[in-house]
Amino acid sequence: MKFAYFPGCSLKGLGRAYEESLLPVMRHLGLELEELDDWNCCGATAYMAVDEAKACVLAARNLALAERSGRDQLLAPCAACYLVLNKTKHYFHDYPAMKATIDRALAAVDLAYAGDTAVRHPLDVLVNDVGLDAIRQKVVRPLRGLKVATYYGCQLVRPYATFDDPYNPVTMDRLVEALGATVVRYPLKTKCCGGSLTGTVPEAGIRMVYILLNEARKRGADCLATVCPLCQFNLDAYHAQVRSEYGDVIVPTVYFTQLMGLAFGLPEKQLGLHRAAVPLRWRPPVPEVAHA
Amino acid sequence: MPATATPAERVELKSGPPPAAPAGSGGRNWSTRRIERTIKYESDRNVGFGRDVMRVPGCEQLENCIQCGTCSGVCPLSIYMDHSPRQVMALTRADFRDEVLRSHTIWLCASCYACTVECPQQIRITDIMYELKQRAIDAGIYPRRFPIPVLAHEFTHMVRKHGRITELVLVIRLFLKTDWFAALGNWRLGLDLTRTGRFSLLTERIRRHGDIARMLDAVDQPKHPSP
Repeated sequence: MKFAYFPGCSLKGLGRAYEESLLPVMRHLGLELEELDDWNCCGATAYMAVDEAKACVLAARNLALAERSGRDQLLAPCAACYLVLNKTKHYFHDYPAMKATIDRALAAVDLAYAGDTAVRHPLDVLVNDVGLDAIRQKVVRPLRGLKVATYYGCQLVRPYATFDDPYNPVTMDRLVEALGATVVRYPLKTKCCGGSLTGTVPEAGIRMVYILLNEARKRGADCLATVCPLCQFNLDAYHAQVRSEYGDVIVPTVYFTQLMGLAFGLPEKQLGLHRAAVPLRWRPPVPEVAHA
Repeated sequence: MPATATPAERVELKSGPPPAAPAGSGGRNWSTRRIERTIKYESDRNVGFGRDVMRVPGCEQLENCIQCGTCSGVCPLSIYMDHSPRQVMALTRADFRDEVLRSHTIWLCASCYACTVECPQQIRITDIMYELKQRAIDAGIYPRRFPIPVLAHEFTHMVRKHGRITELVLVIRLFLKTDWFAALGNWRLGLDLTRTGRFSLLTERIRRHGDIARMLDAVDQPKHPSP
C-alpha cells in the first residue's frame, strides 16, 4: 500500500517524536509513505478564525499536490491537519462558491484540484486496512502489564467522524489491546485538551490538562496514548504548571505509534520516547526464548 | 483600539470604538464601577446581522436554533464565558452584533466541535464561532494584547511569508506581542524542550513560498457585504 504523506508543521517541530515513531512502524508493516513535495501549512484552527476561504485555499494546495503525485490517498497523522483537509474537501463539494474560490486561487499557481483525494488518518489505515491480525503478527514484545488510557481528543473524530464514533471511539482501544496492553476505562477520551488555550488563556487551558491527567491517574493508567501532536504537547509539557496549580499529577503521554514500535521490538532510538518532558519509563518484558 | 475602558453608554458604542475588557479577566472592570443598563433596546440591534451570518457556508442552520442549551452544556469552556454558546446563538440571530463580537465566548472556543456534533438542530456552532471571530477581527473589536486574536494574526502572517509554521518562533512572537513577562514564567518549558532536543528556532519554509501569497491574494473578494 502506498500513500501520499502530509506530516504537517507539528510533526517537524514540537511533535517530531510522532513522525520519528510513525515512519518506522509503517515501514515495518509494509506501508510506503511518500512525503508530499513542498507541502504547506494546513492552516489549522488559527487560520479558520481569520479567513475561512483562505484557510480552505491553503489546505486545498496540499490536496492538489497529493492528486498530482498520483496517489489517491493522503495520510495526515496530525488531528488538526486531518480535520482541516477533510473540511476543505467537504466545503469544496458542498459549496459551489467555495469551489470557485479554491479553483481560482489554485489556478494562480498552476494547480488544480478535482476533489478526489481521500484524507486518511494512520489509525484508520492501521486498523481498517492493515488489520489487527497483521499487526498482532508483528508483535514480538507484547505490552503485557501496561495500562493505557486511550485519548483521542477532538478533531480526529469530530465533526467528520468517518471511521469511528464521535464520542466513544474504540479504534485505538482495539489497536492497543492487539499490542498486548490493557485499556483502562477512560470516559474523557474525547474531551478537549484545551488546544492553544494552554498558551493563550492558561487559567482555562491548564485546568483542562489537569482534568485529563487526573482522571487518567485515578483510573490507574500508566500512560495516556494520543493521536495528535497538540494533545501530546499539552498533556506532557505542562506538568510543572499543573503541579503549581493543583499539585503533582504525573502521567506520561505517548503517541500510539510509540507503543506500536515498542511492541514490534523496534530500536528505542527510532521511537522518539526521549522527546517527552515526562517520558514513559516502562518497557515491555523481554520474552523468554523458547529452547528447542 | 483603545485598551482602556471609557465609561460610556452602550448605545454610543455602536458607532464609536468599543470598550476593551481587561485581557484574561471576566471582562468587567469593577475598579471603575461602570454602570450599564442590563436590558436590550431595539436600537442596539444591527438589523440584518443575523441573516448575514446565516448566509455564510456552514452557518445556515442557525435559523433553526431552539435554544435548548445543549451546546452550553457540552462546552468544556462555558464556565469561563461571559455569554454561553446558547446565548451567543440567540444574540447573533437577533442581530445584536456588538454584544456578540465583544463577547469573550467567541475567543474561548477551542474548536473541539462537541456542540456541533451534539446539536439536535444540526447547527454548526463551531463554524459560527469561526465566522464571528473573523468579523470581530475585521472590525478590530478585541482588547489589544488579548493573546488569542494576536496568535491568529501572527499565525497567518507566518504562513503567508514562509508557507509553514515554526511553532516555537510563533509562540515567542506571541509572547512578545502580548505579555513578554509570561514568557519568563515558562522558563521551565524552554528547559524541557532543550533537554528533549525540540528547541529549534530555524524557520521552516517551503520552496515555492511565493505561491502562498499569490494564492491568498487571488482569494480576496468582498467578503462581508455590510448590511
